[in-house]
Amino acid sequence: MFGYTFQWNQALARLPKMLDGALVTMEVAMLSMLIGIALAILLTLLRLSGARPLRAIATGWVEIARNTPALFQIYMAHFGVASFGIHFSPFVSLLIGITFNNAGYLAENFRGALKAIPETQTRAGRSLGMSQLQAFRYIILPQMLRISFLPMTNQMVWAVLMTSLGVTVGMNADLYGVTQDLNALTFRTFELFAIAGVLFYAITKIITLGARVIAARLFRY
Amino acid sequence: MIKIQNVHKSFGPLKVLKGIDLTVEKGEVVTVIGGSGSGKSTLLTCINGLEPIDTGRILVDGTEVHARTTDLNRLRQNIGIVFQQWNAFPHLTVLENVTLAPRKVLGIGKAEAEAIAEKQLRHVGLGEKLSTFPSRLSGGQQQRMAIARALAMSPDYMLFDEVTSALDPQLVGEVLETLKMLAEEGMTMICVTHEMAFARDVSDRVAYFHKGIMAEIGAPEQIFGDPQHPETRAFLASVR
Repeated sequence: MFGYTFQWNQALARLPKMLDGALVTMEVAMLSMLIGIALAILLTLLRLSGARPLRAIATGWVEIARNTPALFQIYMAHFGVASFGIHFSPFVSLLIGITFNNAGYLAENFRGALKAIPETQTRAGRSLGMSQLQAFRYIILPQMLRISFLPMTNQMVWAVLMTSLGVTVGMNADLYGVTQDLNALTFRTFELFAIAGVLFYAITKIITLGARVIAARLFRY
Repeated sequence: MIKIQNVHKSFGPLKVLKGIDLTVEKGEVVTVIGGSGSGKSTLLTCINGLEPIDTGRILVDGTEVHARTTDLNRLRQNIGIVFQQWNAFPHLTVLENVTLAPRKVLGIGKAEAEAIAEKQLRHVGLGEKLSTFPSRLSGGQQQRMAIARALAMSPDYMLFDEVTSALDPQLVGEVLETLKMLAEEGMTMICVTHEMAFARDVSDRVAYFHKGIMAEIGAPEQIFGDPQHPETRAFLASVR
């Protein structure tokens, strides 16, 4: 109809390579999420701390992460720091960029979740002899993670999709990078990217389903 | 022994405690009555150091609560407090609510902590609810759980801050029974309460607080039978 002949076989023959790329995509997304959650908890603690400079660092991080393009963040983690002689591989730069973004958004989610937990919970812990940190670790943190679980799943999906920005810093091992390279070789543009789209969709579905299973096991109350 | 000496405390411009002196001996049960805003609840949170004081001293077994060098976390292990709002930890089962502090604060092993918790929970009549989550309990049951949680640290002192005020009327009795039982077992207790019959029943002494001062303190028979201070008389007449 448009003078384009679909050649699915040619594209599908490259599926194993694309699946390898999909695994790398999942790896980056999961790592960025795990480190991102840990950093977001740290940022939350910094924001709760009495020390002004610590609060300023955390607030600055969250502001930049949420109010600049993810592409900018990944770019800075690669070409930006390279200006100062720091050279990361595309994989590491992509991981840093997405992790930075994750931590900022998650810290903001955590802040909202904290507002839903009554002040008296900490007070109850403190009056049992717990330190401030113990009360946070054993009483506040578990409730905070539960309240922000759904937004966390959203961020996880977003982390998967953000890996596609890795091509801009030369990443070619992930799903999007592999697809782009294959396209340059075969010119089966529509077919290849359609398959990539399906794979992206499948990855995010697997992740949200997995998260639901984890949630059912983790959150008993 | 808890020794409160000339304690002053304000929240901003509002003077809440204006020179409180009170000594509570080991094994004694002192109830504190008075209108709202009289400072009685604030006094409790000052005793375990949750609130700082402006001037004066509070000594618990000779340790000055508000001294800079005092390890408050350690001190609080010995002073249980139960609040009007019971503050159950919603993410933990009844048993876990009670074992948390013994395990993490005292460093007691899981099995031993569970044995202690189970004993305390049976004591307050919750032996059947160990694996239940607080959201499935009534207010009275949650409040009794909070009492067991405090008792599991084996404190020498218990502070009760209007523990029945947020409960439905039909649930008040079960919680007061628990307090009465503790009093009979010889626990040193300071109870802030609006339950006059309870105060009369269990107290060794009753203190009447009025606008940040302790207007009167004495044996329950005296306070309820022959109040000396005009404010005590007026208060008792109003709650009867």
